[in-house]
Amino acid sequence: MKAMIALEDGTLFEGRSLGAEGEKEGEIVFNTSMTGYQEIMTDPSYKGQIVTMTYPLIGNYGVNEEDVESGGPKVEGFIVREFSKITSNWRAKDSLVEYLKRHKIVGIEEVDTRALTKHIRVGGAMKAVISTRDLDPKSLVQKAKESIGIVGIDLVKEVTCDAPYEFETGGDFTCVVMDFGVKINILRMLKKAGCRVVVVPARTKAKEILAMKPDGVLLSNGPGDPQGVPDVVEEIRKLFGKAPIFGICLGQQLLGLAYGGDTYKLKFGHRGANQPIKELATGKVAIASENHGFAVNLDSIKKEKVKGTHVNLNDDTLEGIEHEIYPIFSVQFHPEASPGPHDSWGLFAKFREMMETFKKERHA
Amino acid sequence: MPKRKDLKSIFLIGSGPIVIGQACEFDYSGSQACKALREEGYRVILINSNPATIMTDPDMADRTYVEPLIPEVLEEIIKIERPDALLPTLGGQTGLNLATILAERGILEQYNVELIGADYKAIRKAEDREEFKAAMERIGLEVPRSGFARTMEDARRVAKEVGFPVIIRPSYTLGGTGGSVAYNIEEFEVLALRGLESSMISEILIEESVLGWKEYELEVMRDRKDNVVIICSIENFDPMGVHTGDSITVAPAQTLTDKEYQVMRDAAIKIIREIGVETGGSNIQFAVDQTNGRMVVIEMNPRVSRSSALASKATGFPIAKIAAKLAIGYTLDEIPNDITKKTPASFEPTIDYCVVKVPRFTFEKFKGADETLTISMKSVGEAMAIGRTFKEALQKGLRSLEVGCYGITDGRQLGPNDVELIKQKLTIPNKDRIFYVRHAFRSGITLDEIYELSKIDPWFLKNIEEIVEFEHELEQYRSDLPIFSQARDSFSEELMKRAKRCGFSDRQIGEIIGLGEIEVRQWRLKRGISSVFKLVDTCAAEFEAYTPYYYSTYETEDETRKSDKEKVMILGGGPNRIGQGIEFDYCCVHAAFALKDLGYETIMVNSNPETVSTDYDTSDKLYFEPLTLENVLDIVEREKPMGVIVQFGGQTPLNLAVPLKKAGVPIIGTTPEMIDIAEDREKFKAILKKLGLTQPDNGTATSIAEAKEVANVIGYPVVVRPSYVLGGRAMEIVYTEADLESFTEKAHEASPDHPILIDKFLEDAIEIDVDAVADGDRCVVAGIMEHIEEAGIHSGDSACALPPYSLNDDIIEKIKRDTYKLAGKLHVVGLMNIQYAVKNDIVYVLEVNPRASRTVPFVSKATGIQWAKVAAKLMVGKTLKELGIERETAINHIAVKEAVFPFNRFYGVDTILGPEMKSTGEVMGVDTNFGAAFWKAQLGANQNLPFKGNVFISVKNQDKRHVVFVAKKLCDLGFKVYATKGTGKVLANSGIDTQFVYKVSEGRPNVVDMIKNGEIQFIINTPSGRNPKMDEVLIRSGAVQYKIPYTTTLSGAEAVVNAIETMMKVGLRVKPLQDYYVSKTT
Repeated sequence: MKAMIALEDGTLFEGRSLGAEGEKEGEIVFNTSMTGYQEIMTDPSYKGQIVTMTYPLIGNYGVNEEDVESGGPKVEGFIVREFSKITSNWRAKDSLVEYLKRHKIVGIEEVDTRALTKHIRVGGAMKAVISTRDLDPKSLVQKAKESIGIVGIDLVKEVTCDAPYEFETGGDFTCVVMDFGVKINILRMLKKAGCRVVVVPARTKAKEILAMKPDGVLLSNGPGDPQGVPDVVEEIRKLFGKAPIFGICLGQQLLGLAYGGDTYKLKFGHRGANQPIKELATGKVAIASENHGFAVNLDSIKKEKVKGTHVNLNDDTLEGIEHEIYPIFSVQFHPEASPGPHDSWGLFAKFREMMETFKKERHA
Repeated sequence: MPKRKDLKSIFLIGSGPIVIGQACEFDYSGSQACKALREEGYRVILINSNPATIMTDPDMADRTYVEPLIPEVLEEIIKIERPDALLPTLGGQTGLNLATILAERGILEQYNVELIGADYKAIRKAEDREEFKAAMERIGLEVPRSGFARTMEDARRVAKEVGFPVIIRPSYTLGGTGGSVAYNIEEFEVLALRGLESSMISEILIEESVLGWKEYELEVMRDRKDNVVIICSIENFDPMGVHTGDSITVAPAQTLTDKEYQVMRDAAIKIIREIGVETGGSNIQFAVDQTNGRMVVIEMNPRVSRSSALASKATGFPIAKIAAKLAIGYTLDEIPNDITKKTPASFEPTIDYCVVKVPRFTFEKFKGADETLTISMKSVGEAMAIGRTFKEALQKGLRSLEVGCYGITDGRQLGPNDVELIKQKLTIPNKDRIFYVRHAFRSGITLDEIYELSKIDPWFLKNIEEIVEFEHELEQYRSDLPIFSQARDSFSEELMKRAKRCGFSDRQIGEIIGLGEIEVRQWRLKRGISSVFKLVDTCAAEFEAYTPYYYSTYETEDETRKSDKEKVMILGGGPNRIGQGIEFDYCCVHAAFALKDLGYETIMVNSNPETVSTDYDTSDKLYFEPLTLENVLDIVEREKPMGVIVQFGGQTPLNLAVPLKKAGVPIIGTTPEMIDIAEDREKFKAILKKLGLTQPDNGTATSIAEAKEVANVIGYPVVVRPSYVLGGRAMEIVYTEADLESFTEKAHEASPDHPILIDKFLEDAIEIDVDAVADGDRCVVAGIMEHIEEAGIHSGDSACALPPYSLNDDIIEKIKRDTYKLAGKLHVVGLMNIQYAVKNDIVYVLEVNPRASRTVPFVSKATGIQWAKVAAKLMVGKTLKELGIERETAINHIAVKEAVFPFNRFYGVDTILGPEMKSTGEVMGVDTNFGAAFWKAQLGANQNLPFKGNVFISVKNQDKRHVVFVAKKLCDLGFKVYATKGTGKVLANSGIDTQFVYKVSEGRPNVVDMIKNGEIQFIINTPSGRNPKMDEVLIRSGAVQYKIPYTTTLSGAEAVVNAIETMMKVGLRVKPLQDYYVSKTT
C-alpha cells in the first residue's frame, strides 16, 4: 500500500507501507547505525520522532524478546529502503514487519532514504507527517506544518514510569534512576555494576529520592527538549552534593540546565553508533552510540564550577561534563550502548567507584 | 601524537608477482603507503619484483629496487640504504614472511632497522597457529578444537582426537596453500602429507570442521594510543569451507543482531591488542554456528589484505594509507577523513548501500584441475558491485564478471530432469553455485531444502528467490507468447522500475521478454526511467562528501555534480583474469595521471576492488560500475566526456568500442574501425599485402570443413585460434587433421560470433614483441622484446629480454620499419603492440593490436619512460614532437621479464606451456648483462637456480642433439647430469658423464623418487608431444610441488645455463631503477 511522508518545508517522499496503517506526526530524524533497529525503535528517547534508517536493508534478523530498550516500540514512524521478507537469526522470534503491525507502528519502505537523509542534513531535523491514509500532498504538508513538533514540549511524561519500582533488588549500592524514558540497558549495566536499582518517575521530588538513601542517582536518557521539563531541573539541583550523580544524554542536558546553563537544538543531531568521542583527560577516542538532538552550551554555565570532559570529534560539540566540587558527571553519548560499541562501559565502573567513596564517607 | 622525527627513511616490501592469493590489492596498498610516507617527508626505499605495479614507478619512492624478493637481496639493500625502519604490513604475506626471516636472521638488529606497524613478536603470535591458539585462549575466546602435527604419526593421532571431517592447515603459507578438508582417513593420508610438505616449517594444524558455519570478517585498525576502530564487517555468502577469496562476500554483515555484532567487535579489539599489532590494519575471521550463535575465531592477518582492499573500496576509508600514517606515529584522530574533510579518521564508517564481491575463476585454462572450491584459494580475480539492495548489488556484481551473464539469470534454463545435478551443485561448492541456486528455485526446490544442501544463509537465499519470482513475472511478457504484442503494450513503467530496482540489466530484461538491449534502454529512457548516481561517503550522508566516488542505482535523487571542465573517461579492465590483469590497470592509472596533468577532468570506470585505478584519488571522479554497455552509457550521458579511452583496459573495454561508437560516444585514440581491421583477418591480410609485409600463410574458417581446407593449403603444423579473445584463449598448435577438428570446435565455443583463424606455425622461430606509440603521423618504438622461449608459447607466458639479445641490427631495423608502416596505415593514435616472428632472417608479422599491451609496464620500467602516459597525451591531440619523444630510447642495461604460473594451486595439472596463456603475473630482472638479468627474473619467479648439484635432463627427440651443448656446459660448471635412457644415450655418446635413472614406469628408485628426496636441483624436460606421457607430467608436477627449478623448453635451458655461469662469476648485485635511468642515453 502506498504511503507518504510530508515535511514541513513542503518536501514529499513516497513509499510503500508494510507496517501498520495510519497517520503519525513527529520530528523526522535519521539514524546511521547498520545494526540494532530493534533497540532503536524501542528506545524511549525516540518518542515524538519519525526515524529514518540510513542503512537500506532492515529487518534481516527479525526481532526477539531480549533486544528491547523498553516495553515496545516508541518511534512515531519508521522509514527504510527495504524491509526483509525473511527473518534469519537463531534468536529471532518474529519478523520486524509483524512486530510493527502488532505494535501499530507505521512502517514504510521503498523510500530513497539517502535523499531524505541528505534533506534532513541540509534542512535540519523538521516536523513531518507519515501517512497511509491521506495521500494528498497539500493536505499532508499542511498537517506537517501545523503539527506541534518537539521544541519546548514535555515528552518525558509520555515515557516515564507511573510508579517507582525495583529493577534489581540485590546489589551493594542503591542507585536511584530518575526515569525520563530510561533504556533498559542502563538498568542492566547498573545491575552489572553491583547496584540495587530503583527506578522512579521523572516527577519524583528530590526529597523523596533522598529519603531512599541512594548511594548514587542516575539521570536517564529521554526524549525531546530538556527545556520542556523545568520543574524536573529544579529537583535535580536539590540533589547536588547529596549523592553522586551520573547523567546520560537527556540526563546531561538537564544537569546543564541545573548548573544554570543553556541548551540548544542541534541542526540534525547525532544518531548513530559510530561517533568519535574524545576524552580530554587522556586524549583517547571511544566510538560511541548517540541519540540526541539537543546539547549543552558549556560556556553558558557560570554559576557552577564545571569542566568539559569529552568532545565529539566530528563537530567539536560537548559530550561530557564533570562538576569540579560535587561528585557529579555526565555524558551526552550512550555508554550503555545497545545498540552500539561497548567502548565506554568503563563509565559505569567509574560511577560505582564514586558510589563506593560516597558510601564510605557517609558511614565515616 | 605527532609523527616520529627519529625516523628518516623507511623500507617497504612489495608483494611481488601477481599470483593466486596475492594480486593487485598489494599494489593498491603499497602505492598508498608510498604516497602517504613521502607526503610526510620520509625517504622511501621500495623493493618489488613486479614491474607491472604503480608502486614501482620511479616517482613513487626515492629508491625503487625491482629485484627478486629474497632475504639475501633485502639484506643487500639494507646494507646499501641503511633504512631506519621496515614497514612489513603492506606487502601481503610475502612482505610479512620476508620481514620475519630478516628478523630471525638478526639482520634487522645488525643494521639497526626497526620493524614498524607490527613487530616480530606480534607477527609470530598471529602467524604461528600454536601461539595464536594459546593467545586466543588467554583472552577467553574460542577457536575450533585442533592440534598441531609435525609428522604423519602426530597427524593421525590428532585427527582421531578432533574427529572427521577435519580441516588441514599448513603453517606459514600463502593464501591458504595446501589447506584442505579430509572427510575420512584415506583422504587424510594424502592431504596431511601434502600439507606438511607445503608448510615453510613442516607443520600442520588439524582442526575441528566448522564447515557450513557462517563466516564473517572484521577489518580492524589500531593506533599508538590504543584507539581501535572497526572499518568494515563482511559476511560471506558461501559458508565456512570455501576460502574467503573464493566466496561471494557481502558488506556490511547482514544477519547479525547488534548484540552479536558487538560481541564480535569486542573480540576483534581484544585480539588486535593481545596479538600486539601496534598500529595499522588487521583482518580477523570468525565462524558462527547459525543454530546457536556459538562464535569461534578462525584467523587473524596482522597486515592489510585482500579483504582490507575490499573494505577500503566498500566504505571509502583508505585503510592502507591510514595504516602507513599510523605506523609513523600519528593517531587516528589526527588524520582527517579525506572524503568528508571536516571529520577525523577516528570513527567507524557506516554505509547506506550493500556491497557484493564476486570471485572470478579461470578453470578453463587448466585442464584436469579440481574445480571444487575449498579452503585453498583458486580464483584469479574479483569484481565488486554496489547497490542499494543486496539484489541489485548481486546482479551488478555477476554481470561485472564478464562470464556471459548479465545478472543472475544466465540465459540457461535447466529442465526438471536436472534436479539431481542441481542438488549436487548446491552441495559441493563450485564457481557456478550461485547460478544453481536460481536453477533450484526455478525447479521448485524449496528454500529450506536449498539451505540444507548448501548452508547458504536463508536471508541470501530469500533475496535470490525474490529475483527469481520477479523473473517469472517478467516472463509473462515473453515475445514468443501469442499475446506478445498485447503483453508488450501492457508492460508497465511500474514493472520496469521494479525490474531496475531489483538489479535487472537491460540485456537481462531483453533476453527474458525478447527485445534487444538497446530497445529496452530506449523504451525506458523514453519514459524517464534512468539510473541515478549516489556517493560512497563513509558516513551514510551524515556529512557532506567532497570526493566524487559514485555508484549507480534506481532512486529519486542523483548526486553527480556538474562541472565545466573538459572530461576524459577511461574504461578499466574489470576483474583480473589470466590474460587481463594488473598491466592494464597500470595503463589506465597512467592515463588518468597524464590527463590530469594536462588539465582534463578524468573519470575512471571500473569494477575491480583490488586496483589502484579504483582508488578514489587516482582520477577526478570514480564510477564503481560494471563495464557493460548499459552502465557505461549511463555514465557517458551524465558526464558527457569529450573523449572515452577504450584501448588501455584490455579486451573488456575494447569489446565495448564498437557499440559505444554506434551509440554516438566519442572514442579517442585509434578508431574502433581500425582496431577492428587489425582483428579482421581478411582486411588485415590485404593491408599487409599493400605494405609489402610478410605474414605466415593463413586463412580463416567458419566451419570444420573450411578449416580442413585451409590447413591443407598452408600445410601442418598450424595455429588455430578464435578472434576477439585475449590471453590466447582456446588457441592451439595443431599437427594433424584429427586434432584440427576438436580444436576448431573449441575455438568456435570461445568466440562464437567470430571466424576462426588458422596460421602456419613457424617452428623454432624467434618471437618478438614490439610496443610502439604513434600520434597518427609519426611512430616511435617504445621497446623491442625478444622472447626467450621459441615461437608457439603465448607471449604472456614467455620470458623476454629488452633489448633483444640475439638479433642483428638489420633485423631490428626491419622490425622498426615494419612497425612504422603498420602504425601509419592503421592511423594509430596511442599505443600499439605487434608480434613478429623471425625465422631464417625473414621477419613475419604475427599479430597487430592497436591498443595497450601486457608489456607496456615492463617496457616503461625497462626504458624509464612512462609510455602509457605518453599514449594518453597523444590520444587527446598532443604530438610526439610536442612531448619530446622523437626517437627510440637506447638503454645501457638489459631487462628480462619472466612469467609466474599458478600450477601450485592446481595439483596434478601439467605445467607445459603452449599458445594458451596460463600465467597470472610477471617479474622483472634488470642488470647490465643478460645472464644476471635472467637469473634475477628466474629468482623473482621463485625459480632458485642452483650453483651446484644434480641436473635431470629428459627431452623430446628433436631436442636431443641440441641439449648436448647445454649438458656439456652444466658439466663444465660442476653439475652432475642425470638422464633417462633415451636422452642419456645421446649425452653419453657425446662424451658427457651421464648418470642413468629410471623412468617411473621402469622401476625404483626412479626420477620422481629423486625429486622427492631432494636429490635433483634442476630439471630440463621438454614435452614429447601434445599429449604428454604420464612420466613427464609426474616429473613436472613434482618439480612444482618440491619447488625445484625447471624448464620445459630448450631455449629456456640455454638461458638458464648462461645465467648460472654469469652469476658464478659476478655474484649478486642490486641497483635501484633510478640509478639505471641516470646512465640512460637517448
